[in-house]
Amino acid sequence: MTVLAEVGYYEEWWVQILKAIVIFAVGLQLVPVVLIAERKLLGRFQARYGPNRVGPYGALQPLADIVKLLTKEQFRPSTSVGFLFALAPLISIVTAVAAFAIIPFGNVQHIGGERVGLYGIDVSIGPLYLFAFGAIAFYGIMLGGWSSGSKYSFLGAMRGAAQLISYEVSQGLALVGVIMTAQTLSLTGIVEGQKGMWYFIPQIFGFLIFLTASFAETNRAPFDLTEADAELVGGYNTEFGGGRFASYYFAEYLNVLVVSGIVTTVFFGGWLLPFGIHPPGWVDPIVVLGKMAIFTFFFIWIRATLPRLRYDQLMSFGWKVLLPLATLNALVTAVLVVVTH
Amino acid sequence: MAETPGTSALPITPAPGALPALEPSAHGPAWSPGDDVIEVTRTPAPGPARSTWRTFVETLRGLATTLGRFREPAITIQYPEEKTPVYPRFRGRHKLHRFEDTGLEKCVGCSLCAAACPADCIRVVAAENTPEHRVSAGERYAAVYEINLSRCIFCGYCEIACPFDAITMGHDYELSDYDRTDLIFTKEMLLAEPLERTPLRNEGE
Repeated sequence: MTVLAEVGYYEEWWVQILKAIVIFAVGLQLVPVVLIAERKLLGRFQARYGPNRVGPYGALQPLADIVKLLTKEQFRPSTSVGFLFALAPLISIVTAVAAFAIIPFGNVQHIGGERVGLYGIDVSIGPLYLFAFGAIAFYGIMLGGWSSGSKYSFLGAMRGAAQLISYEVSQGLALVGVIMTAQTLSLTGIVEGQKGMWYFIPQIFGFLIFLTASFAETNRAPFDLTEADAELVGGYNTEFGGGRFASYYFAEYLNVLVVSGIVTTVFFGGWLLPFGIHPPGWVDPIVVLGKMAIFTFFFIWIRATLPRLRYDQLMSFGWKVLLPLATLNALVTAVLVVVTH
Repeated sequence: MAETPGTSALPITPAPGALPALEPSAHGPAWSPGDDVIEVTRTPAPGPARSTWRTFVETLRGLATTLGRFREPAITIQYPEEKTPVYPRFRGRHKLHRFEDTGLEKCVGCSLCAAACPADCIRVVAAENTPEHRVSAGERYAAVYEINLSRCIFCGYCEIACPFDAITMGHDYELSDYDRTDLIFTKEMLLAEPLERTPLRNEGE
């Protein structure tokens, strides 16, 4: 039988199911945490408190939001295409959750006599898997805006289409340098390759390009033209309400977490700690989550700082600055890898 | 087709040193901005070096600025618990006053406030004081004194018009209600002390 994507090794089926449940039980709980963290931090960045009424220090605000959204009426505009309108938020959330599966939270552990990798799956095509689901996630935004039958949604969706395609190229090329240095596409392999030095030092340009392109890929400020509340009401999600809007919202924050996880894994040594510290295996997930928290904070920090780009600035920045830089980075890395080996 | 008299009667004479007026069109003489024209000066487009500087250093400066807000306390006023303090001359809900020594009402029912009110929201019906039933210090008193606060524009003309300082503007600003009729304040309500005192702003605040 042809194995299309070779997986590192196979665990028992029940280990895989258990692992999936644990990772998503923990991982999906992070989304409300990021939600409240963003609102509280944005508040602090603007010399105000943020939500502080629901629960202690407003900690139960996301719960209240979710309950509110889920109890709302399901409605759609009469001009919308019902089937696609219902499908689009699903695509967004499924791709975000699927991409979350490849983030490694730790090395292979021996738990109860079983070898368990602390990740959903270790695909041998790691970054390609990520970009594949990133490309499908674009349909969530595109179809959602298009099927709404509203001009704001349509404009948001068209912007989203152009933006995601433009920045996906740079994002991919920025990772090529790392892949060539590590000589593997497996994310655990990439982390193992960083035992000597985290890749953000030799691949500093790759890191900066990837981070910038990731802001655009997750539709976060300053690249949130797809939503652009000031000019497009809500962009692609203008006509969505209730649970469907909650799905989009959830997917957005899960994407932030996924990108933070990928940056941590690829450029900041995943579960590795600097200065030769080798903690026991159970610390690995905490290290990864800690590093992810730093990048999530950075996402929020950038949102509080930079104003939204104009559409022409977005396009010229993506194609005239990021893409040449990413290509140059990949070329120089390729030459260096060949010369040093 | 006779020329309309208005066009030739008002010739526009440009001020000395002004831009030359535009050609008069069929719709009459063109408007000239005169001396008020401001030249917009634009900086040249940034070069590669300046662009790079802007991208990285200025962005970092912006990040430092926003992070600096963390050190500052939040300036939010937690409204239902804390109220925004007002200035001493803030014009809020009206108050009617009594003489502190005799307890008699200052209002003599002269209706000058009602006359001054531009929103026509004050209604005064005067009645004669009698030795047995003395309400105010003057000859007459206000038997009915009503202010419709849903029409009041809080201009303060009533307190200026009042010859006895019987009505002044207070500091209460929480004047929402569920029913418009509840917003017609009667004399008893205006004479009573407010239930909650609005905080006053301190010196220099």
